[in-house]
Amino acid sequence: MKALLKRAGLQGRSVVAAVPYLWLLLFFLIPFVIVLKISFSSSLIAMPPYEPLLHWTGEKVLQIKLNLGNFAFLVEDNLYWKAYLNSIWVASVSTFFCLLLGYPIAYAIARSNPSARNILMLLIVLPFWTSFLLRVYAWIGILKNNGLLNNFLIWIGAIDQPIQMLQTDFAVYVGIVYSYLPFMILPLYANLEKMDLTLLEAAADLGCKPWQGFLKVTLPLSLPGVRAGCLLVFIPAVGEFVIPSLLGDPGMLMIGKVLWTEFFNNRDWPVASAVAIVLLLFLVIPMMYFQRAQDAEAGGVHR
Amino acid sequence: MATSPRATQQKFEPWTDPDAKPYVRIEKVTKKFGDFFAVDDVSLSIYKKEIFCLLGASGCGKTTLLRMLAGFERPTSGKIFIDGVDMTSIPPYERPVNMMFQSYAIFPHMTVEQNVAFGLKQERLQKDEIESRVNDMLNLVKLGQFAKRKPHQLSGGQRQRVALARSLVKKPKLLLLDEPLAALDKKLREHTQFELINIKETLGVTFVVVTHDQEEAMTLSTRIGLMNHGEIVQVGTPSEIYEYPSSRFVSEFIGSVNMFEGRLVEDEPSYVRIGCDDLEAPIYVDHGVSSAPGATIWAAIRPEKITISREKPDATDNWTAAVVQDIAYMGDMSIYLLRLDSGKVVRVTQPNIYRHADDRITWDERVFLQWYPESPVVVTK
Repeated sequence: MKALLKRAGLQGRSVVAAVPYLWLLLFFLIPFVIVLKISFSSSLIAMPPYEPLLHWTGEKVLQIKLNLGNFAFLVEDNLYWKAYLNSIWVASVSTFFCLLLGYPIAYAIARSNPSARNILMLLIVLPFWTSFLLRVYAWIGILKNNGLLNNFLIWIGAIDQPIQMLQTDFAVYVGIVYSYLPFMILPLYANLEKMDLTLLEAAADLGCKPWQGFLKVTLPLSLPGVRAGCLLVFIPAVGEFVIPSLLGDPGMLMIGKVLWTEFFNNRDWPVASAVAIVLLLFLVIPMMYFQRAQDAEAGGVHR
Repeated sequence: MATSPRATQQKFEPWTDPDAKPYVRIEKVTKKFGDFFAVDDVSLSIYKKEIFCLLGASGCGKTTLLRMLAGFERPTSGKIFIDGVDMTSIPPYERPVNMMFQSYAIFPHMTVEQNVAFGLKQERLQKDEIESRVNDMLNLVKLGQFAKRKPHQLSGGQRQRVALARSLVKKPKLLLLDEPLAALDKKLREHTQFELINIKETLGVTFVVVTHDQEEAMTLSTRIGLMNHGEIVQVGTPSEIYEYPSSRFVSEFIGSVNMFEGRLVEDEPSYVRIGCDDLEAPIYVDHGVSSAPGATIWAAIRPEKITISREKPDATDNWTAAVVQDIAYMGDMSIYLLRLDSGKVVRVTQPNIYRHADDRITWDERVFLQWYPESPVVVTK
């Protein structure tokens, strides 16, 4: 009886453990395989607009047709790799500025009065309660030529002609940094808040001035938070479509926009899929590398 | 009040020498948190090469006092001198003091070696000097082969030794230890206690130790400062504190004690007699006591200073009858709980000198308790 219960208990536990795997299988792996499959087929004017990979010829022969042309096309046409590089550049610069702004904010909140912390964190998350799209639209109102910012600058006499801010790279950076800043602050705050402050006292005791204690103790200990925050900002920023379309120069090359055009304007699903697969590889390979490096640093032991 | 006799075998007693200069001088230091007095008007002198224990229950202010010595807290009023220099407004990173934290506060992102070298690198010493001093220190605390390990790969005892090495490697003039042995098991604790005394001897450091564990304070310290509610209640050597407590609080805090409440019935310069409602005979003490006539006083008698016998003593003083209520056999000794006729329970310990004793005093037996005239300590508060 006991053994039976134990077995049942074990099964119950494995069911719980299976839930995230099942989720990943259903909503990540299967869609990925479908996209991968489409990326190897050729475009067709039909519904769906691509040729099937597997073809039953009716003579006991199963034909598999792999079209590598889509990937070759991405390499040959420099539009694509320019878009990739530009997206990675824009995402990197935005991540950098998010970190520059987010670290002091997270640090200040983590070191503030415990009763104030929850309110301050609430204020950080508060923008999520309005639609993302609305908030990006609001920036149009701020940045346009007769928008809030230009009018304000003219009013205080800093400029006499409005500066072109909307539809520039500057507007895209502002939009991305604004939208993704909370994703930088949240993991950083979680990391800094749980730090043992006696470590800083120990550093002071051993001769560190406060800023040295920050550089030698706080900063290295917060690196996992920095890493998590950077990934959370960088990954969605690379594929960002909405912000460059609304705020940026229409000619700005971003891989998210290219993907959109391939899918909806050109209806070239195979090329669009290939773009998506390559983008995924661009993101997953460095991430795996980081994870490896982090594990090696921890001596292979998870705490 | 009794004056304490000087222990004869110990030579190290700078506090008895009026010419000796205290190494650490705490002058009327008070620390308030809001309306709460964490440390209340404390003055102390600590001498070179002492191991001075601040002993007290949690919340008595001992850690706050230690943190003021380290520089993490500023006194609300009063001054702290170390080696004659006013330290009151000097930040921790400029004090000739190192502290070993209760949580050890070892940097988790550094190896054992890097942890120990941290303070030396801060001093910008030569690389090979740092290396040799770190090695020496790691050997001293027997962590040589763990130099490259990260803190999470160490046991509690090893971490404690890393913390100790890290605070000692800078050769501080004053080492502050906050509950240094609290997280260790009994065996390791005893071992470390002797190690600390050895380190004191070899390096000539002055120690201030905070502890709530009286046993630790007794074995480690040259002197104990007993604290209660932010105040120093008594300062003295372990034996002074144990044998000559100045108040009920001290005698009850250190070891166990039987406290008999009573009044002076005879008050002579050379002896007193105390009438106590719980006891059948009065308590006779062989020295004078300064107390207001008629005031309530207490006689404190340690459990090991009372003897149990079956025969009724023919003395007029210092005995009472009792019934054995409980016996706890501890191996080296037995603890007897005896109920007096008044209902008060007295604790007596007896060494188990004989292996076989067939006629041992046993449960529910009616017996007589006796003690010597010099055994009770009379306290007035």
